[in-house]
Amino acid sequence: MQRLHALICTCTNCISNGALKIKNALEAEIVKNSLENDILVVQTGASGLCVKGPILTVQPEGIFYQYLKEKDIPNLVQEHFLKGRPVKSLMYVSEVEKIPIPKINDIPFFKDQRLIALRNRGVIDPESIDEYIANDGYKALVKALTKMSPEEVIKEIDASGLRGRGGAGFPTGKKWQICRAQVLKRKSSDPSASAYVICNADEGDPGAFMDRSIVEADPHSIIEGMSIGAYAMGATEGYIYLRIEYPLAIERMKKALKQAKEYGLLGENILDTGFNFEIKIFEGAGAFVCGEETSLIHSIESKVPEPTQKPPFPAESGLWGFPTNINNVETWANVAMIINWSAVWFSKIGTETSRGTKVFSLAGNVNNAGLVEVPMGITLREIIYDIGAGIPNNKKLKAVQTGGPSGGFIPARLLHLPVDYERLKEAGAIMGSGGMVVMDEDTCIVDIAKFFLHFTSDESCGKCSTCREGAATLIEILDNISNGEGKEDDLAFLEELCLAVKDASMCGLGQTLPNPVLSTLRHFRDEYIDHIKHKKCPAGVCKALVRYSINRDKCTGCTLCARECPAKAISGTVKSPHQIDLHKCTRCGICVKVCKVGAAYSE
Amino acid sequence: MAKLKPEDLERIAQKMKKLINLREGEARARVIVHMGTCGIAAGARAVMTAFMEEVEKKDLKDVILTASSCAGFCSREPMATIELVNEPAVKYVDLTPEKAKEIIEKHVIGGNIVKEYALAAGSERVL
Repeated sequence: MQRLHALICTCTNCISNGALKIKNALEAEIVKNSLENDILVVQTGASGLCVKGPILTVQPEGIFYQYLKEKDIPNLVQEHFLKGRPVKSLMYVSEVEKIPIPKINDIPFFKDQRLIALRNRGVIDPESIDEYIANDGYKALVKALTKMSPEEVIKEIDASGLRGRGGAGFPTGKKWQICRAQVLKRKSSDPSASAYVICNADEGDPGAFMDRSIVEADPHSIIEGMSIGAYAMGATEGYIYLRIEYPLAIERMKKALKQAKEYGLLGENILDTGFNFEIKIFEGAGAFVCGEETSLIHSIESKVPEPTQKPPFPAESGLWGFPTNINNVETWANVAMIINWSAVWFSKIGTETSRGTKVFSLAGNVNNAGLVEVPMGITLREIIYDIGAGIPNNKKLKAVQTGGPSGGFIPARLLHLPVDYERLKEAGAIMGSGGMVVMDEDTCIVDIAKFFLHFTSDESCGKCSTCREGAATLIEILDNISNGEGKEDDLAFLEELCLAVKDASMCGLGQTLPNPVLSTLRHFRDEYIDHIKHKKCPAGVCKALVRYSINRDKCTGCTLCARECPAKAISGTVKSPHQIDLHKCTRCGICVKVCKVGAAYSE
Repeated sequence: MAKLKPEDLERIAQKMKKLINLREGEARARVIVHMGTCGIAAGARAVMTAFMEEVEKKDLKDVILTASSCAGFCSREPMATIELVNEPAVKYVDLTPEKAKEIIEKHVIGGNIVKEYALAAGSERVL
């Protein structure tokens, strides 16, 4: 048995570079040093680096020599093979070591990320099922179907501590358990009774694109997760509710379903185990309320997509009256990893109540906008300043908004907060589905709260009057405040109305739509008071509260502003100070931009 | 395609790993263009076309050109990852068709990283 293997490449390329001469020299030198019992010379095929040939790999150390010449061989054999000292001057130097470019994990954007749901992002071709399989794809399904009972699968998911990634954070294992119990109950009286699993990919929060990215990057991870869930709960059919505004995600998911079916990973008798499961795509027309479970179900049933009262929960009576389990895209994408790597592994990541990782779409006034997956418990500061590289143009951070229009605003002073379902809720925000909008000092809190309310008001289905009329009234009051017509008792009324909308609306849309107002009233009350009492918008956004004037001492009377003003609101004669007629002024700010001496200003 | 049995998955995985990891086989380099919605919106299609044209023009038979999804760093799209045999992967950002051609010439053919356009080397932390 030889202690070293010297692998010399004898491909056409290396032979033309003299590989055979090197081989002969090696063998001769080995004999000369009486090492023929210790070292075996092996000829191999192309190693891929043959432009650097002739090349020699020494195993088991894996040392790689390049550009070998016959005269190098005696020294190499003496030093490395006899004395055990690899010859550095002949060794291969990695291109990366020669040109010092940073390693990916030295880049703050990537350093603090930990990929579970996004494990295949940017690595595999999402349109190739074989590449998914190469990265342990469908291994968890095989494990679940051949080595685990449905109860064991549910126990594992439960023990992992995985909670719903769609926003509410309900424990996934518990949800599956409830659904399975309902399925067994139905089947005891009717063995042919169906059950459904649904993937909620109706991502609608402004500024959020987590689910789209997961489906685009790794559609098979959703299919595998749903198949495992279906096996655990006893479902035989699945739906992916994917919004039609995501054409690339739909296209890739369609291809993935076709490939999985061809491989028999969907259909009848999957992997020869007797398990049957089919998945269909349902293209949602883009109504925000369809992200709500009961509305989503009605939409698939071709009914008016409005929520209905719970109970009955979908687990009891869901799609077409059958037990139904709905999970979000990211939740499904975590399932295979938990089955493969165990609940114990998963539960070690994150915090006490929030296990695993969370995907966020980082957007707004932040340098590195993008999609990030971070372990739970990471602080908002780390996400915004380390991963996100801070705020552009040296502006100050004002607030970060999590959870989309259902979420809340967290002020800059609470940046030390860890990302955790409970801690975010304590601060008046929510984890939500993962939208994270960063806002700098130029953002007006009243204006942005109004923006989110306009969104939810437009998307309200109108069934509950508190949501329909409540949102409209909230907007009316906020409009008054930003127009300088706010009254002192507006704030108390806003709060009262918010709580009424929260209490009396049936579904999550109405129950959460006051959150942007409530959280800003809590953390940015002073800014509301500035608008109401002092008739000032500190960020200079609310036009009615911004006044433009010209400083008489600075104005040189050049007439430029008067000529540029589109409202013809500026008057004055050459070489004497100009003035602005505030009744005509439209607050466009052009005078400030064109003034060369800084006389025009706003306050 | 015949329906898979549990043991078939391992066979497919092994076959694909050879291709993806650039060991054995014919390929010497893999060019991955990140084509998520964000990448495409930023111009990834033109970058992909430029890579394709250049690979064809230079008659590079040992280069695999493939698409993958968003690499997460949406603000620096279009992005591409270049893997050469026995080298850590290199990620390029803010690409244009011209830069793509230069990367083929200098990095894929010449083996020299185009430092001006490169973001970093290596792979992201998974798990």
